[in-house]
Amino acid sequence: MIGVLGDFDLAEDALQDAVTTALERWPRDGVPANPAAWLVTVSKNRALDRIRRNRTLQRKTELLAELATEPMEDDVIPDERLSLIFACCHPSLAVETQIALTLRSLGGLETDEIARAFLVPEATMAQRLVRAKRKIRDARIPFRVPRDDLLPERLAAVLRVVYLIFNAGYGPPVRRDLCNEAIRLAAMLALLMPDESEAHGLHALLLFQDARREARVRHDALVLLDDQDRSLWDGDEIASGQRALARAVALRARGPYLLQASIAAAHSEGTSDWPRIAALYAQLTAVDPSPVVALNHAVAVAMAEGPGSGLTLTDGIAGLDDYYLFHSVRADFFRRLERAAEARDAYARAVALAPSDIERAFLEARRSGL
Amino acid sequence: MQYLLLINDEEDDRGLMPEYMEYTEALQASGALAGANQLQPAHTATTVRVRNCEILVTDGPFIETKETLGGYYLIEVDTLDEALEWAAKIPSARFGHIEVRPVVMRQAEVNA
Repeated sequence: MIGVLGDFDLAEDALQDAVTTALERWPRDGVPANPAAWLVTVSKNRALDRIRRNRTLQRKTELLAELATEPMEDDVIPDERLSLIFACCHPSLAVETQIALTLRSLGGLETDEIARAFLVPEATMAQRLVRAKRKIRDARIPFRVPRDDLLPERLAAVLRVVYLIFNAGYGPPVRRDLCNEAIRLAAMLALLMPDESEAHGLHALLLFQDARREARVRHDALVLLDDQDRSLWDGDEIASGQRALARAVALRARGPYLLQASIAAAHSEGTSDWPRIAALYAQLTAVDPSPVVALNHAVAVAMAEGPGSGLTLTDGIAGLDDYYLFHSVRADFFRRLERAAEARDAYARAVALAPSDIERAFLEARRSGL
Repeated sequence: MQYLLLINDEEDDRGLMPEYMEYTEALQASGALAGANQLQPAHTATTVRVRNCEILVTDGPFIETKETLGGYYLIEVDTLDEALEWAAKIPSARFGHIEVRPVVMRQAEVNA
């Protein structure tokens, strides 16, 4: 055996395995005609299985070392990290629980840090995590990358959690640790699932958005994308985003994250190519028919074709009556069409619904400027 | 590992019996079936409580709900994902809802 395998430990382990199996099976099934041959055959098969498994892990670990541009604190092998994130984001757990578990298990954030990030008492967050781990154990939530037929929706859930983490960090107020953690997780997913276009798409999207962080707020006021000081954009991050986007595009699928990343990329060029952006939003509404996407589409169309076209599109959007941006977008269209009275009303509604002082101040300034 | 799949639906006759027979056969063929039963309608239920040594018996289920417990499957599978997969195939899942509950495993059963 050792001669065949060239590995003393492996041979010993494999034989031990075979003997254990023999002790279980032979009393039940009877001793085989040639017990020695049986043992050798079974040991060899066990050893070969183990070698195959190790080679796969070895290959993935090498790939990781080769491509990773930042050190990953990995005493945990890549396969286990993937299995872990899929377990943390299992649909039988509430989304807020998925987020907390992911941050705790993969991000290594402390319970009190997570609690503060989501404005929840520490005791509540601690209990949430304890209950979640219990459920994983007691309901046997599997620790594995889901089967192919489940993978699309499960991966979507994982990507969503990462996106929500980034969003929570993007604010306002900005929490760099959450943004960085989200980008790190997105990078990991893109690395470990290189054939998944949406994993690269999300990675690209986060990089493009993060690249603008210094330019988004100036003197405590929100700055619109076209008004941003582009010299404050992180050129290296934009370049990384473009590389990630290229990988996504090469895989041919056209999912929502890839499309959003393409839109973000278009915005990162010299001047925003609005007709192209409007076309991308049209594609996005097809795969993600949510009203917020429709609203963004209307904004892009307005930039490409004029506020009248944009306004008509917003007339057809239902369900955003309580969303401050819906009213601020319409207010802006009315303003550009010189329909001042309607603009004032729309700004008023937007101000009333604005979620923070920064947004409120911005909208008030717009309304006064009419 | 065992899971109880609790079937909750309104009591309309949806004519699902042929589908249920097909489902049960598939479950049995897979070796995962450990038990199953259809229950009599909710109005046949009686609720029993003992408080301060007093036995309280009331007519009907504990809480009156639109969707009532109509039956169950007890299945033997390895992970929650497999249990969920079987639950989704239950004919009533398209109309009502299925609750999937892991069964507490006693040590003797685990080692069997």
